[in-house]
Amino acid sequence: MPKHETPLLDQLQSGPWPSFVTDIKEEAERRHKNEGKVEYQVPVDVCDDLLGLLELSYTDGTTHWKHGGIVGVFGYGGGVIGRYCDQPDRFPGVAHFHTVRVAQPAGLYYTSEYLRQLCDIWEMRGSGLTNMHGSTGDIVLLGTTTPQLEEIFFELTHKMNTDLGGSGSNLRTPSCCLGESRCEWACYDTQELCYKMTMEYQDELHRPAFPYKFKFKFDGCPNCCVASIARSDMAFIGTWRDEIRIDQEAVAAYIGGELQPNGGAHAGRNWGPFDIQKEVIDLCPTECMWIEDGKLMINDRECTRCMHCINVMPRALRIGNDRGLSILVGAKAPILDGAQMGSLLVPFVKVEEPYDEIKEVIENIWEWWMEEGKNRERLGELIKRQGLAKAISVVGLKPMPQHVQEPRHNPYIFWKEEDVPGGWDRDIAEYRKHHQR
Amino acid sequence: MSEKTPKEIVVEFMQSKAKQKSKFYFNDLAALFPDMKQRDAKKLINQLVNEGVLVYWSSGSTTMYGLPGTGKQAGAEGEE
Repeated sequence: MPKHETPLLDQLQSGPWPSFVTDIKEEAERRHKNEGKVEYQVPVDVCDDLLGLLELSYTDGTTHWKHGGIVGVFGYGGGVIGRYCDQPDRFPGVAHFHTVRVAQPAGLYYTSEYLRQLCDIWEMRGSGLTNMHGSTGDIVLLGTTTPQLEEIFFELTHKMNTDLGGSGSNLRTPSCCLGESRCEWACYDTQELCYKMTMEYQDELHRPAFPYKFKFKFDGCPNCCVASIARSDMAFIGTWRDEIRIDQEAVAAYIGGELQPNGGAHAGRNWGPFDIQKEVIDLCPTECMWIEDGKLMINDRECTRCMHCINVMPRALRIGNDRGLSILVGAKAPILDGAQMGSLLVPFVKVEEPYDEIKEVIENIWEWWMEEGKNRERLGELIKRQGLAKAISVVGLKPMPQHVQEPRHNPYIFWKEEDVPGGWDRDIAEYRKHHQR
Repeated sequence: MSEKTPKEIVVEFMQSKAKQKSKFYFNDLAALFPDMKQRDAKKLINQLVNEGVLVYWSSGSTTMYGLPGTGKQAGAEGEE
């Protein structure tokens, strides 16, 4: 017999997909049975009250959560998001229901031992409910009380060698794709760079002083498996400067049907024989590929690294050898001004320890944004307000063709007086000798 | 007249605004120290947080600073 009747939530379980309501009910039951003899540090009926409160919100058509607060662990300004319920008498189990963000391991590699430890901590000191790698990307532990926060922090840092993630006006938990650990398209070691930048910018991660949130994401190649170009204020996307390596024999094997396109990814249905013209060459966004004497040719100067041909024929085409990354800035979700993709800031930089060139770009951008950014203004909005040309100048770069999306349209880059020989003044008499009025 | 300490400047500023506001953005506080670089101002304000003069208030997406015990939050939650 459930603690609260939840007819509206029960209806959600009737759909074809897995339901969070079912999950929470299961956890509620498990907590009551307590087969593992856990010494619960938060109310045993936290999950029941969570369902009850949600049902009430559905009935009332309004939320009963109060969001935000002065909760946290000593020395950190982020990592914990306070949440309280405004019906604590009816739902005492969720009177406090704080969220703890935990930094995920680079590339999301876990040992089962690590996950078990994490779950043990959360069974005992929290609701047992987690949200792994949702929109924030990190490990989100849902629902605990204020007195448990320091205990959780101690156990995570001392026993699991794990840190809290970022929240608030912080550098958010940096995330990366699995990079060179498994992927032959990785143009740099994403896990290494992600880890090094996380360690370098600990203060920015834990002690908030930015105008608003700031996200780093590291993608090994332009396939952007962690969606850095769309989701991060500063995206580090692997790329190469030289040519795509072509194995003509393998190209012939794809054409001849001996190799399956896309690594066999779409083999569940018969799409007919592989047609390189239709499926690769005609889909190239810069039309830089053609077949000549039975060989695949690529004009690499025109290639924009869209990755399509490489994705379709991974055995035949491989990333170049002169590898590094591009830095894009200003992507964000659509709270203000609509969603924005990142704009190219640094076309190419080598990824070499101690990463000084990369750090310089990061720090110059931060300095500008902290100084000029309005409260709650994302970097992308500041760039829109002051212009990409300004962003380019604060990192000490000169505008170059790669910064221009299309001529005479974007971005507006103007000559400065000091860039023009002789400045704005000129000898009008001399000019008039050659040009009539 | 002796120079005011950063702590006095911040506390005085917050108290002068206490009727309208209990929480402040970092930028509002950094503006009190116009001669200081932002990152130095950050260190100073962090120091005040560590000393317990200021507290962080976080919504999850934005962080603000306030004097301990001010504003609705502290009272409403019954955990000053």
